[in-house]
Amino acid sequence: MSKLLIEDKEVVVPGQIVAEGMDYLPSYGTYRLGENILANRVGVVSLDGKVIKTIPLSGKYIARRNDVIIGQVFDIMSSGWRLKINSPYTAMIPVKDGSFEFIPRGADLSRYYQIDDYVVCKVTNITSQNLIDLSARGQGLHKLRGGRVVYINTHKVPRVIGKKGSMVSMIKQATGCKIVVGQNGVVWLSGEDPKLENLAVRTIEKIDRESHISGLTDRIKLFLEEETGTTLEIPKEDLSDEEIEAVNFEDSEENLSFEEHNNNSNEEKYEDE
Amino acid sequence: MKRVDGRTPEDLRPIEAKAGVIKNAEGSGYFKIGKTWAYATVYGPKEIVPRFMMRPDKGILKVNYNMMPFSGQGERVRPGPNRRARELSLVSEKALASVLDLTKFKNSGVEVFIELPQTDAGSRCAGICAASIALADAGFVMKDMVAAVAVGRVKGEVVVDLSYEEEADETDGGAVDTAMAMVPSSEEVTLLQMDGQVTKEELMKAINMGKEACKKIAEIQREAIKNKYAVGDLR
Amino acid sequence: MNYTEKEHLLKSLNAGYRFDGRTLEDWRNLEIETDLISTSEGSARVKLGNTEVLAGVKLSIGSPFGDRPNEGVLMVGCELLPMAYESIESGPPGIDAIEIGRVIDRGIRESKSVDVEELCIVPGEKVWMVSVDIVPLNHDGNIIDAGAIAALAALKTTRFPEIVNGVVDYKHLSDKKLIVEKEPIAVTVGKIGDHLIIDPTKDEEDVLDARLTCTIGQDGKFCSLQKGGETPFTIDEIDQIFELAMVKSDEIRKQL
Repeated sequence: MSKLLIEDKEVVVPGQIVAEGMDYLPSYGTYRLGENILANRVGVVSLDGKVIKTIPLSGKYIARRNDVIIGQVFDIMSSGWRLKINSPYTAMIPVKDGSFEFIPRGADLSRYYQIDDYVVCKVTNITSQNLIDLSARGQGLHKLRGGRVVYINTHKVPRVIGKKGSMVSMIKQATGCKIVVGQNGVVWLSGEDPKLENLAVRTIEKIDRESHISGLTDRIKLFLEEETGTTLEIPKEDLSDEEIEAVNFEDSEENLSFEEHNNNSNEEKYEDE
Repeated sequence: MKRVDGRTPEDLRPIEAKAGVIKNAEGSGYFKIGKTWAYATVYGPKEIVPRFMMRPDKGILKVNYNMMPFSGQGERVRPGPNRRARELSLVSEKALASVLDLTKFKNSGVEVFIELPQTDAGSRCAGICAASIALADAGFVMKDMVAAVAVGRVKGEVVVDLSYEEEADETDGGAVDTAMAMVPSSEEVTLLQMDGQVTKEELMKAINMGKEACKKIAEIQREAIKNKYAVGDLR
Repeated sequence: MNYTEKEHLLKSLNAGYRFDGRTLEDWRNLEIETDLISTSEGSARVKLGNTEVLAGVKLSIGSPFGDRPNEGVLMVGCELLPMAYESIESGPPGIDAIEIGRVIDRGIRESKSVDVEELCIVPGEKVWMVSVDIVPLNHDGNIIDAGAIAALAALKTTRFPEIVNGVVDYKHLSDKKLIVEKEPIAVTVGKIGDHLIIDPTKDEEDVLDARLTCTIGQDGKFCSLQKGGETPFTIDEIDQIFELAMVKSDEIRKQL
């Protein structure tokens, strides 16, 4: 007799027995031990028929191809720029992928990106030894100027962005801030009004903390409305968004919110020259 | 028979456990058992020094056990690692490593810092319990919590979770103190250290009592992590 | 924080706000808990926003210094444990920890808040040595001010252990309390551009041009100063900092 010991969307922890018997199948975040299925990381249960998996609530960013992330330059070499990407590993933008423009051999690379600069870039390749290549050459990829950066858990990124960008649009609408969310949990914000910018940061931190508790979109809408004293217009279908989505790295590009930057980003890179 | 503090042989001292107590850390745990408190924080995985320690097939775990200067029963503890602290760092590391799957993190290292503000007895066990909460909180893939407890013999009787007073007991052949850690679901022992003089029968009885105690402790550890995510005051 | 974030912070400071929403002259929320570590003779935990420090006092018997036979010894130290912040490395105290310890030590020592003559047991032979250790659990800036509050609060709860046959019996604390006569409060004022801020966070500390820590007693007297950072202060700025530190130290003293 097989028996499920947990409910869908429940938080489970390592060693916890989530199901007894052979009828259920373990997937990500669970494993079989004898007759039982146990959780092997902290996560939210996602049931799919007889398959039990969990969606992580914590853990460092692991790069995947085509992720759009925000990195910070910490070294400039003759072959390119090395960036910290809020991950166990650092990454590299080779000179050829540094810019739309042709960068001649021997050019001063700090004229494109200096040490400490934040750059929106895309993961192009990962080797078996976790050497990561990035590109800053592409739609929406650019150096970030001004503004400030906050760090959130990489697994909460899809919730900060929301379905089709609904959550981040709502925060932008309420606070007037420009926001770029990197898949690696690095969030860049810039607003004219420091109080509203602070509200945007607090909202993002609230999502980071509370994303596993249902009713997130409603709660965030209410929070923003109370804090700003305004009414926010949110498309109806987005309010029904109660489920905790799997982290879908395939969608990362369209999830990102670059609209404010698409027009001017490509010019920005050359201002220093 | 009641023990000096009124416990039965199977009773643990009162336990309080929490997860996510140190905000800067990737994961953190707090474990208080009786008058022994342990904090543990996890940083990483990250590139670690010395670089030769890194392995091309999986991430490595580094554990650092430290008593705060005011945490000892007697005089001030001089800061910095002594031989005892280094040995306990080593055995704690081995006690925790087997549950962790760090294959995704080749060429990197995970650092765990165990800090004790106040100790009574069983500080290495409390440290391992806190560290295990911290590692789970940090989101690592681990097949189970690691629970640890001291077992032994006091006044001729096999007991779990010795207090400082019991450890120092000299009657009936003296106290026997065995530190053990266990993966509760598979009942595998990952730490075993003993001092004193004891028969095989007494030892096996003690270890089996420790097994049950570790299962209770693991439930408290798991509850601590769940509490971090409980629906509390959402402001 | 990088250089562009610093520029952005300066814009925000021009408008009167910091990244965490505070004004330039706001303390973060302060919580003090005392007498919590039973293995110490006195202890305190201080939370200042996300900064959290423990302070513990240990007493022992030692010999007085030759030139001060009637005085006990008071020492304050700080250890920046690697648990508290990612970039802190383990090993002997780094220069940051040494500076924090020494600044707090001077503040308490020079305020004469602990009467060291009271610590004399046998003149020239035996005196109490008082060690205060400050240990940050979570480092989010301003360890100096938080540590100074913790050290003071820990000293105020300190009780002497019994002495049995000339040996300290740490198991039994007597009713005799350490007398702490004054309440020196450290206020670290940071300078970013033309702005003066108090109680900097870790992010703010990273981009401070300069800082000045003032330790002030309840009588309004300054008992220690420490300037940090490379940028100089003008005399006018120092005047402003002193004024600000006096007002802000009183705010903390009310919460003790």
